[in-house]
Amino acid sequence: MELQDTAEEAEYRARLRAWIAEHLPQELVGLGTRTGRLPLLRQWSRALSDAGYVGLTWPAEYGGGGGRYALEGIILEELARADAPQHLGTIGLGMAGPTIMVHGTGEQKAAHLQRILQAEEIWCQGFSEPGAGSDLASVRTRAELRGDVFLVNGQKVWSSYAHLADWCILVTLSDPDAARYRGLTYLLVDMHSPGVEVRPLRQMTGDADFNEIFFTDVEVPAANVLGEVGGGWQVAMTTLLHERATLGFALTGLLDSGIRRLLALAAANRDAAEPWLAQIAHEWIQLQALKLTAHRSLGQLDRTGMPGPEGSVIKLAWSESSQRMTKLARQLLGETAVLDDGIWNYQQLRSRGNTIEAGTSEILRNIVAERVLQLPRSR
Amino acid sequence: MDFRFSEEQDELRQQARAFLDRRLPAAALGQMADSEPGWDPSTWQEIAELGWLGVSTAEELGGAGLGYLEEAILIEEFGRRLYSGPYLASVGLALPAIPQGQLGELAMGRVRWSLCDSETLRLVPNLMDVDQVVVVERDQVYSVPAAGQPLTSIDATRRMGRLELGPDRELLATGAEAAELALRLRRRKLSALALEAVGLAQQVLEWGVEHARAREQFEKKIGSYQAVSHPLVNSFVEIELARSLAYWAAWLLAGGHEDQLAAPAAYAAAAEAAVNTCERVIQVHGGMGFTWDSPLHRYYKRSLWIQHFGGPPDLHRTQVARQLMLSSEAGPPASQSAPGLRTIARTTR
Ligand SMILES: Cc1cc2nc3c(=O)[nH]c(=O)nc-3n(C[C@H](O)[C@H](O)[C@H](O)COP(=O)(O)OP(=O)(O)OC[C@H]3O[C@@H](n4cnc5c(N)ncnc54)[C@H](O)[C@@H]3O)c2cc1C
Repeated sequence: MELQDTAEEAEYRARLRAWIAEHLPQELVGLGTRTGRLPLLRQWSRALSDAGYVGLTWPAEYGGGGGRYALEGIILEELARADAPQHLGTIGLGMAGPTIMVHGTGEQKAAHLQRILQAEEIWCQGFSEPGAGSDLASVRTRAELRGDVFLVNGQKVWSSYAHLADWCILVTLSDPDAARYRGLTYLLVDMHSPGVEVRPLRQMTGDADFNEIFFTDVEVPAANVLGEVGGGWQVAMTTLLHERATLGFALTGLLDSGIRRLLALAAANRDAAEPWLAQIAHEWIQLQALKLTAHRSLGQLDRTGMPGPEGSVIKLAWSESSQRMTKLARQLLGETAVLDDGIWNYQQLRSRGNTIEAGTSEILRNIVAERVLQLPRSR
Repeated sequence: MDFRFSEEQDELRQQARAFLDRRLPAAALGQMADSEPGWDPSTWQEIAELGWLGVSTAEELGGAGLGYLEEAILIEEFGRRLYSGPYLASVGLALPAIPQGQLGELAMGRVRWSLCDSETLRLVPNLMDVDQVVVVERDQVYSVPAAGQPLTSIDATRRMGRLELGPDRELLATGAEAAELALRLRRRKLSALALEAVGLAQQVLEWGVEHARAREQFEKKIGSYQAVSHPLVNSFVEIELARSLAYWAAWLLAGGHEDQLAAPAAYAAAAEAAVNTCERVIQVHGGMGFTWDSPLHRYYKRSLWIQHFGGPPDLHRTQVARQLMLSSEAGPPASQSAPGLRTIARTTR
């Protein structure tokens, strides 16, 4: 056990910190998961890629850093420390890429992995539909094989980054007569194809970072099936495991900058903070616990290359911390909490999404109950 | 960063588990707790022979020359089985203050120790089971022979007594040295209690899950009801987070790192995780969980004991918050001083 940076890690961290100080544009500080300031955000994402600060967890054969999770953790921590925004390619790097590595053909890997790493392709995730959210297996977006193309018709919703995306990982229904879980097919869809229409949806924060996607007779080459026709469920599960695994460090990073801001707020408003000190420390402690647990769960990744369901634990506890933290901050703001400060009142609203996105807390509890504790299924 | 225990450390844990399963099966726990003296003193000699009383003692002094991380593993496992002998008292609480010359005697199982850091009430765990007591006062630390009155503890597996100070005392530290030692003893106490809490909570959660898998009502396993499974998941989450903190605090102590936050943080999280887990699992067991025959109340009582023996968790948190607000690392990144007000709605809406 060694719970501090090794000499190599410490040096890496120091170099990275200096690099961020030099390259991070002021305008992007504090943007969080928002996708505003687009040209700058693209440049920043590309700069991170060019400097070799993305894809550390990817195998070297795909141009990645060779599974160096500890370094990936450091990158996410340092980016959070600097309050840097999320990389635009986050869905490609964390979900589409790893899924293509596991299930992709040689051509698919060659076509996408390098470009994802280099921030040349932005990806979105087309899983949720108006009638299929938690119950992903009931998607209705149809994919019909016509010769060597699939004809795709249907609607996806809540798709983050779709308004910017070049590609989409899309879960479709290819065989409506098949048994549940057997009729799904996972497609890699070019978002620039004719018949793809993206309509931004405005969130309660006023931002529009997620979208509806409409597919009308969109032709997707059969070569773009990821995994088997009818095998979409297994492929989607790979994506979701990776979504929650790589999320761990990114999430604790976001929380870290929030907690630092909370402590500064408390230090600047001592009297207002006095009744809340125990709760403030509780959130700091929770953050340390989450960071440590993210590191502890790396053991599993190192051994098997596949994230374990522990990622669900971190996502679950993180989302609830994030919500409690914001409420606390608003207590400290006192009267001024009724005015939009652009930070805490934004966060108060944004954090409501935290227990819904990437699996609702109820669904995550089901997952932990069934897969980790091996309790009988609730459905 | 590397969070893995070594193979030898994993082996030690397995050994401890096997020993406890053999010598203190869960089924015998109640009978032992309700009898006198509340524990089986013959286990002490075995523990000494296994080398577990001299884990961190130097080899030339008769110990194994390992460290607190190994002791941490044992404290956690002993907590899992509510071991009622003075292991936590001797190794978890008193050890850093024990004079070098007497560590060999401890390692051989000849002298047992406890700690008194309660100045007014002089409450001492296992007072009637030990030979010597380390006494921590504001400006001095000394040891005295164990003597005094037994008291009724809320936890029959962790008996208490009120220390009576005789004339016979050995001074261990004074002045700044005493203050430094007192601080170390306090951190160690909180860390040890956190480990014990994690161990017991894990055991209780496992029983809760086992019961929820087996028990049927309304023609279904009760574990299939989310009102049953989700509280168990909440406990799993709390325990895993507390475990990370407890290992962190133990690692810092083992390496002699200066840190005032990890031990109280781990203690606050673990003590509450343990109490919460016991309460949830009692509920999951229904009427059976409310009986004297069930081991659950023993664990519940230990968790309640821990939750106050280390001091109220919220008090620790309050102190942690005060320290955080003073430290610079807690400050915001340079660009982001305390948020100023923005009085107009943002233009992008
Ligand atoms: C900010 C944000 C970004 C998102 N980005 C994306 C994206 O990029 N791509 C994408 O595909 N999706 C995305 N989503 C969608 C998200 O994955 C879904 O909203 C989520 O899975 C829930 O589905 P739903 O909205 O249909 O709610 P429902 O599934 O209808 O759930 C409604 C309520 O019922 C509960 N519930 C449902 N089933 C159960 C059950 N079995 N047991 C107990 N409770 C249950 C849920 O927990 C929830 O509280 C995003 C969502 C948000 C908020």
